[in-house]
Amino acid sequence: MSAADIFFYILAFLTVACGVMVVANPFSRNPVTSAMFLVLTIVFMAGLFILLNAFFLAAVQILVYAGAVIVLFLFVIMLLDLKEEERRKVKTIGAGLGTIAVGAIAFLIGRSILSYAKTLPPTELTLQGSTVALGRKLFTDYVLPFEILSLLLLVAMVGVILLSKKDLK
Amino acid sequence: MNVGLEHYLIVSTILFCLGLWGVIVRRNLLIIYMSLELMLNAANLALVAFSRYNNKMDGQVIVFFIITVAAAEVAVGLALIVALYRKKQSAHVEDLTTMKL
Repeated sequence: MSAADIFFYILAFLTVACGVMVVANPFSRNPVTSAMFLVLTIVFMAGLFILLNAFFLAAVQILVYAGAVIVLFLFVIMLLDLKEEERRKVKTIGAGLGTIAVGAIAFLIGRSILSYAKTLPPTELTLQGSTVALGRKLFTDYVLPFEILSLLLLVAMVGVILLSKKDLK
Repeated sequence: MNVGLEHYLIVSTILFCLGLWGVIVRRNLLIIYMSLELMLNAANLALVAFSRYNNKMDGQVIVFFIITVAAAEVAVGLALIVALYRKKQSAHVEDLTTMKL
């Protein structure tokens, strides 16, 4: 087992463990704790991206998610007063049925991955995920989606400003 | 055991199912939103792994797009949650039954 493999197992375990703590924290049902564990999940996932040679994406993941998205989440959590969440009971029937449904989906996806993995040919890994290559791809083959994306960001910005107005006329 | 594509896909599946479970079971709008982010991240991990093991850059470009769309989506979604909270004084899905027949 090489060092990269050991790193993979450590990072994968930490990612999944923090992911569990985001949705099902047994100690606290406070959204702030969930947001903090989401940061950890994202940071460990950026580690997995580095193992996969996607260096630029790992940086973007930390900058955009941990830097912007989670700060936005925390800002909104502080804005809303969410004290009563702790007192609410979870409905056991709904939770049980949901767990069964998700377990079935996990079983289906897992089985299909494992059955496909046997036929997977061993490939030679030549991809170097350099920023230069990503940028070249982005501005040649994917230039139209890129421009549409800028439009989407503009629309989202206008929408957010409109939504957060006190009274719409 | 050497780490291959399937290992990354299994991790991605686990994270996706965790997110799905959170969306179905949790009743707090903000937690549901974080679970959605978890699901998007699981898809990102699968795409980056595919990109690496197929020696193609396209998967990483798509992940780049997904991250941008997710940022825009979070901004709009949280603005909606704040607007809802202003009307109903609650961020709990069971209190938001205006559209129920």
